[in-house]
Amino acid sequence: MEKPGAFLIPYFIALLFEGIPLLHLELALGQYLRKGSIGAWNSISPYLGGVGVGSWIVSVLVSLYYNTVLTWVMWYFINSFQEPLPWSVCPLNENRTGFNEECYESTSVNYFWYRKTLNITPDIAESGKLQWWLILCLAACWLVVYLCTIRGIETTGKAIYVTAIFPYLVLTIFLIQGLTLPGATEGLIYLFTPNLNTLKNPRVWLDAATQIFFSLSLAFGGLIAFASYNPTKNDCEKDAVTVAIVNSMTSLYASIPVFSVLGFKATTAYWDCLDRNIINIINEFDLPEESIMRQNYTSWISFLNSSYPEKIAGLKLKSCDLQEFLDQSVSGTGLAFIVFTQAIILMPGSQAWAILFFIMLFSLGLSSMFGNIEGVFTPLLELQIIPKSAPKELLSGIICLISFLIALSFTLGSGSYWIDIFDRYAGSVPLLVIAFFEVIGVVYIYKIKRFSKDVEWMTGRKLNLYWQITWRFISPLLLLIVFMAFVTLQMQRPPSYTAWNPKYEGFPMKEEKVYPPWVQAICVLLAALPCVCVPLVALFHLVKQKRRSKDPSFVPPEVFSCHGANSNFSHTKE
Amino acid sequence: MLRALLLTLSIVAIAHAELCKPDAQNAFKVRISIKTALGDNAYAWDANEEYLFKAMVAFAMRRYSSKSTTQISNVLLCNVTDRVSFWFVVTDSSKNVTTVPGSEVEAAIRMNRNRINNAFLLSDKTLQFLKITSTLSPPVEPSTPVWLIVFGVVLCLIVAGIVFLIVSGIQKHKKKNKDSTERENLEEKVEVTLENGIPCEALDLKPGHINGVFAADDERFTSL
Repeated sequence: MEKPGAFLIPYFIALLFEGIPLLHLELALGQYLRKGSIGAWNSISPYLGGVGVGSWIVSVLVSLYYNTVLTWVMWYFINSFQEPLPWSVCPLNENRTGFNEECYESTSVNYFWYRKTLNITPDIAESGKLQWWLILCLAACWLVVYLCTIRGIETTGKAIYVTAIFPYLVLTIFLIQGLTLPGATEGLIYLFTPNLNTLKNPRVWLDAATQIFFSLSLAFGGLIAFASYNPTKNDCEKDAVTVAIVNSMTSLYASIPVFSVLGFKATTAYWDCLDRNIINIINEFDLPEESIMRQNYTSWISFLNSSYPEKIAGLKLKSCDLQEFLDQSVSGTGLAFIVFTQAIILMPGSQAWAILFFIMLFSLGLSSMFGNIEGVFTPLLELQIIPKSAPKELLSGIICLISFLIALSFTLGSGSYWIDIFDRYAGSVPLLVIAFFEVIGVVYIYKIKRFSKDVEWMTGRKLNLYWQITWRFISPLLLLIVFMAFVTLQMQRPPSYTAWNPKYEGFPMKEEKVYPPWVQAICVLLAALPCVCVPLVALFHLVKQKRRSKDPSFVPPEVFSCHGANSNFSHTKE
Repeated sequence: MLRALLLTLSIVAIAHAELCKPDAQNAFKVRISIKTALGDNAYAWDANEEYLFKAMVAFAMRRYSSKSTTQISNVLLCNVTDRVSFWFVVTDSSKNVTTVPGSEVEAAIRMNRNRINNAFLLSDKTLQFLKITSTLSPPVEPSTPVWLIVFGVVLCLIVAGIVFLIVSGIQKHKKKNKDSTERENLEEKVEVTLENGIPCEALDLKPGHINGVFAADDERFTSL
């Protein structure tokens, strides 16, 4: 994993040239056209309707797997009420002479995550069984989502007050606790020292770009949907800049307690390593207790190594290096469920910390789910899939039920491997492609002069140079470069994954495996499906146009240009 | 007489020394970590503690085999280091200068491990008999797992919330329907046609409206 200090630089560059411009674009679009993603892009131009459909598909795919992550959070949350925490002790083996072997070889935290929670299979091709406890939690999570989005924006708007404010409270509490832990300063130094070598790795830039998308929920269609509920004369430019800055500041603010806790964990692991070595040496040489302490460990080791080298070699002491422990911090799901839970066990009053932490994670994930579901819900509402007389509760119920049934496949033994696939392929490349077409579509097809006039009408100010330059040149160029880099990186080696296999010789290291061909086909399908919508819909309209031009009684296309203005009056604010 | 006594004592001492030495047959190594267990309240390991240890081992042997022949003098300690660690054997006074089989000693210690630990204020980890494994106690498992109870609570809250929202939605819908039907019964439904956003009644649809500004200067125009 790259050192986080240097990550901040590509992150801020991506934010400035990609995040903020795209955010403003989407908010302005939704606010002016007053429609969800599919309707909005159809209004811009029927040829660009595919962009809306693509965003909708991405929202559907992401909603499916994202709620399963929330399921895991809920599972950990309801297990945090137990004393002692279930991931802090290893269960005993059958004849009670020792600990369960899988747990003993790795750690109790790993065992709880891979065995007790996921019950993971050693290979993606082996599906395993449905885990009933995960099904229960998944049902509960989808019921929570249904509760909050039951009447669309009406209930979501109220729920967001809780889910947005509560994490700040918990983060502050963690900040205070984290800074008082020993080893916190090492973690913070690790966070803020830049290692400029990592900037040479294109993977870092790629990760920063895709992180911005996920962080600001760009190209999901959710932002357009939210903005369509704003009053028309709302200052969307101020909104965009404010949202982006608050988002980044929150990320920075959140990283401080996270890294102080990680520093604490690394320091504790380092001390444990030293203590284990010290005990081994004391036992071997029958030295009195507390003769070797952590401080004089190195001097003792050098002395003993020179006098009794064979004995020392026979002990097989592990080399303890603090930097190595700091580097071990994993990212993503591993960070929350393995690293942080391990750190929580070491804190006094661990149940309270665990409960707080998982509630915070749950509300954070829930707010993201709102954006995704809104991106799915609003276009369906506009397309009038169900008759107008039927209540909105019915549509949201149907969406949640169908998603729950499909997401059951993620509760299989191999579920987490599939979630990784969805995360890597459905949640990265399509976003780049859709965002690229969004910018190109608005700037070159709808024409930026027209769009500037629309934004000026809404905000009352002329668009300044920053927006003109980024929208016209920098953002599309940056998106194109990142997309090319991503594709080339993927082509370099066959896509592989790491599997948790207790029978592997290198256990507890994870086994590196290559995806079988049918899985690779699914990966390509996931990445390509939202992207091909764009040319497909354009082609469809082109064919329809060609056929219409041969028909003498056709409606001239000028009608479409007024469509945007008419829709101002047709959209009722709910 | 004195010489004979000295001779027997030295023979016994030599024999004992041969019985108790590191890795001897039926000998066990013990490792004690007092400072780790007790911290500041740690006591020093001296001859009195050794005497207590011999007594506990003898007690364990007596309790296990329920024949009261093992004496404190039957337990031999040797090679005491600063760690604190030492080796011990249990001799059998009925048979000449032999040691009790290791399996018996092991079984006796296992049976009375708790008592031995408590005598020294230590635990299984800090008073280690290196070849004797201890049976680990299973964790306390409540009859219903705790997480299931918490899950039940959470689920009830969510379902209550959903039911509340759906019911209030249906009630609002019914109220709106009732209000709109009442309004229909009270007022006549007036069909208002709009032209350019202005109701038609406001427009004067009579053709050929005379504009008063120009009508005053009628004589100036040439008559047709």
